[in-house]
Amino acid sequence: MSSQTENSQLESLNEDDRKLYEEFLVDNQLFYGPDPEIMSDHTLSPRSELEEKVFATNPDVKKINLVRGRLNSALEESFNMVEQMGVAPGAKWGDLVTAIFTANGDMSQVAPHGIVVFAAVCHYPIKFIRKYWENEPSVGIKDGDGFIHNDSRYGNIHNTDQSMIVPVFYEGELICWLGSTIHEGENGAIEPGGMPSIAESRFDEGLKMCPFKVVENFEIKRDLVNFLQNSVRDPKLQLADIKVKLHSVLRLRDRVLAIVEEFGKEYLIATIRRTLEDTEKEVRKRVAELPNGTTRVNTWIDDDLREHILAKVPINITVKDDQMTLDLRGASPELMNRSTNMSAGSMKTSLLSNLVLFCWPDLPKNQAVLSPVHVLTDENSMVNSSPEAPNAMSLLPIFQCFTLPSTVYAKLAYCMPKRYAAVNANHYNQPATFVYGGLTQHQEVTGNFCADINGNGSGARENSDGEHALSPVFGYMTDTGEMELAEEELPFVRLVSQQIAKDRVGAGKYRSGMGYEQISTVSESDEFGFMSGQSGAKHPSAYGLFGGYGSPTYPLAKIKKINILDTLKTDPQSFKFSMVDLMNEQAYEEGEYSAQSALNFEICNQGEIYMICQGAGGGYGDVLERSTALIMKDIEENLISADYARQLYRIVFDEEKLLVDEEATEKLRQEERQARIKRGIPYDKFVADWVKDEPAEGLPYFGSWDDPSKIIASPPDEERYVMASNNIKGVMMSNPKDRKIKGLEAQIAALEEKVKAGQ
Amino acid sequence: MRVNITEYLTIDLDKELWECRVCAQSLGNARDNYKKGLLVCDRKLSEVHPHLLDPEKYEYTFCPDPNFTALIEYYCPSCGTMVETEYTVPGHPLVHDIELDIDDLKKKAAQWGEPGQAEIPEWNMPKSGHSH
Repeated sequence: MSSQTENSQLESLNEDDRKLYEEFLVDNQLFYGPDPEIMSDHTLSPRSELEEKVFATNPDVKKINLVRGRLNSALEESFNMVEQMGVAPGAKWGDLVTAIFTANGDMSQVAPHGIVVFAAVCHYPIKFIRKYWENEPSVGIKDGDGFIHNDSRYGNIHNTDQSMIVPVFYEGELICWLGSTIHEGENGAIEPGGMPSIAESRFDEGLKMCPFKVVENFEIKRDLVNFLQNSVRDPKLQLADIKVKLHSVLRLRDRVLAIVEEFGKEYLIATIRRTLEDTEKEVRKRVAELPNGTTRVNTWIDDDLREHILAKVPINITVKDDQMTLDLRGASPELMNRSTNMSAGSMKTSLLSNLVLFCWPDLPKNQAVLSPVHVLTDENSMVNSSPEAPNAMSLLPIFQCFTLPSTVYAKLAYCMPKRYAAVNANHYNQPATFVYGGLTQHQEVTGNFCADINGNGSGARENSDGEHALSPVFGYMTDTGEMELAEEELPFVRLVSQQIAKDRVGAGKYRSGMGYEQISTVSESDEFGFMSGQSGAKHPSAYGLFGGYGSPTYPLAKIKKINILDTLKTDPQSFKFSMVDLMNEQAYEEGEYSAQSALNFEICNQGEIYMICQGAGGGYGDVLERSTALIMKDIEENLISADYARQLYRIVFDEEKLLVDEEATEKLRQEERQARIKRGIPYDKFVADWVKDEPAEGLPYFGSWDDPSKIIASPPDEERYVMASNNIKGVMMSNPKDRKIKGLEAQIAALEEKVKAGQ
Repeated sequence: MRVNITEYLTIDLDKELWECRVCAQSLGNARDNYKKGLLVCDRKLSEVHPHLLDPEKYEYTFCPDPNFTALIEYYCPSCGTMVETEYTVPGHPLVHDIELDIDDLKKKAAQWGEPGQAEIPEWNMPKSGHSH
């Protein structure tokens, strides 16, 4: 029945019949899928009756501040408990959150460490629990319950993260919720480690936990947990971290109840609600300070982890008085059998992270930061994908979104005489890390990912260079873990660990921070391998700002069919501690050398070499304005080569003594400025000659071109077509291997023709 | 009254004109796209992002693929300062990246006064690690 017909029939019913009809539908719902009403709403819930009652008594703000401080300490304690006891590698380096939510489910306060990106996404499952399980006789919400959840369609960053969510009752009344979420990694997906690059449907993604009760009377239900353990590669991890999260949250519960005993439940309720309302008010104030207008940037993701594509992810920011709108319409359509789609909830929390990390870093990290911001997307696009579209490697568009708002915000905020942070070029924004899995040297099966991801280079700022390998783009309060500990547990060996690699910088008046190189091999296991889900090998992912250059593009490199561990015993001098030297010199004759973009999971035989590099951020300002002293410092620190300095920065210096000829440099730079004027073309003429009506033929382009309401799809080896942005149908891609086979068959057929003709 | 919009662009609100901050060259109507007053170049990618891996041996070299990437540089026609860069897809319409409500800007700029050194807080990274 069409919804139109259904509506007209409903209208013909009287009130009682309509009520009966609605009750029937509620009572007979066959499946509780992701709720569109919950998942499309990132705003704060209205005040509850209890909250209204509490605020009517004019609670003392000084007491509220005391309670907020006590909550902060309690959240910090529970965070530290999870970090110290957590078994997941992610827990050890801070990829987790502990938080307190209002009774309605809005996330109010997080621990002062960990990952900011959790701040606007963990509330969705609580709202689901309240809507569907509270009045469901077979479930209910009771003191002592704990709910588990991982499926990002119900609200999560991505499916590797698992939550423990606990309601807190006082004198029989639900007064708040507490939760902890860890990036657990392994979740039984088609590839190990929890972020499968080759997932072609949501059923390749492993555990699909909608929120359900896994704890009753403060006890874990072992039968359910056993089922979960049976569904993943690392059953010990699955059990241990459920316990860790539960007991940390229960400690947090003790602290919260102590606060209630001391201050009264009204003050707890007032504090967590007031934190949200004050944050929202402050955001509106800050938006109103900006000039009215629109700024825009277009970005592209160049890979879907199976083949190269060009998937557009644009953003416009519009400010009109105290209203900010972030508009991502015109983005690539969702790809129905590729893993690189993301849900709207994940996308929105990425936008929030960016605002709170790069634009307003002094704001509390909570859901209210995004609450007053409008977000516009096309349904069934890559940035707001449908529940059926796989999103196991949503990290590609998520990471892109982590840098979007600040890029356009900078162009509105630079004019302000007082800003909350220096404007900055893009932080590096791809998840360049090894995801691993297989049999360890201890004969245990595992799958997870490395902390390299937490060493993205930062973007240059308007007043300083960026920081090297600073932090992940999604939160500065993390660590990169202890590599030696990882090597004790896992059969991989870091031949080169976290080495800042030369000449890979976002250049500018201020340069970006740089990423580090990782060179790994496997030892003591014949069944262990790697995956790496990153894009940006053909199109840079991190752009510059105000005349600065972007990051370079980053390949992944391998040397197969060697055993470097044997070679190191007999000829250690032959090993070069550099991806570029190893790959260009090709010193190991028997080796198979290759450079590629993303890496689907494959076995790394003992002694074979796999190399990746964390990226640099974007540069700021014109390269010809970079101070010569800073360039010499970069050379001294081995960040750039002399050739690179001369080519990019137009500098004359003595390579041995590192003395700059300032006069000759200024002359050279002046010549380059004149050369620019000579080679530059007036804008209108350039546009007339250069801009095309559509992407080049054969380019695997997805998303809008000149009109955001027309969405282009160009699946490889298929006819390009255009869809209306309000009627996007997910794109099915052919299998790259089928395309390769088809090409080879055509070659064979042509050769056979030739042979026949010769006969 | 002037307002600095980027590192290299200012708006003369009295004349409603974009100007280069380095040489004061007028770049056109402030209600229009400032890029129209600049010179444009489709820069050769390997001049900015050198091939670090040997392009004779490998398809991926740390240099962007010119089929997937165009680097558009915008220069002041008077002093040659690189005012903006734009990474895009070959042939894609260039982005009109800054479109301000000039009337609103005039009102706000009157409160801000003449542009000087912006006030930017220094955020110190929280210390982490062992404290003993």
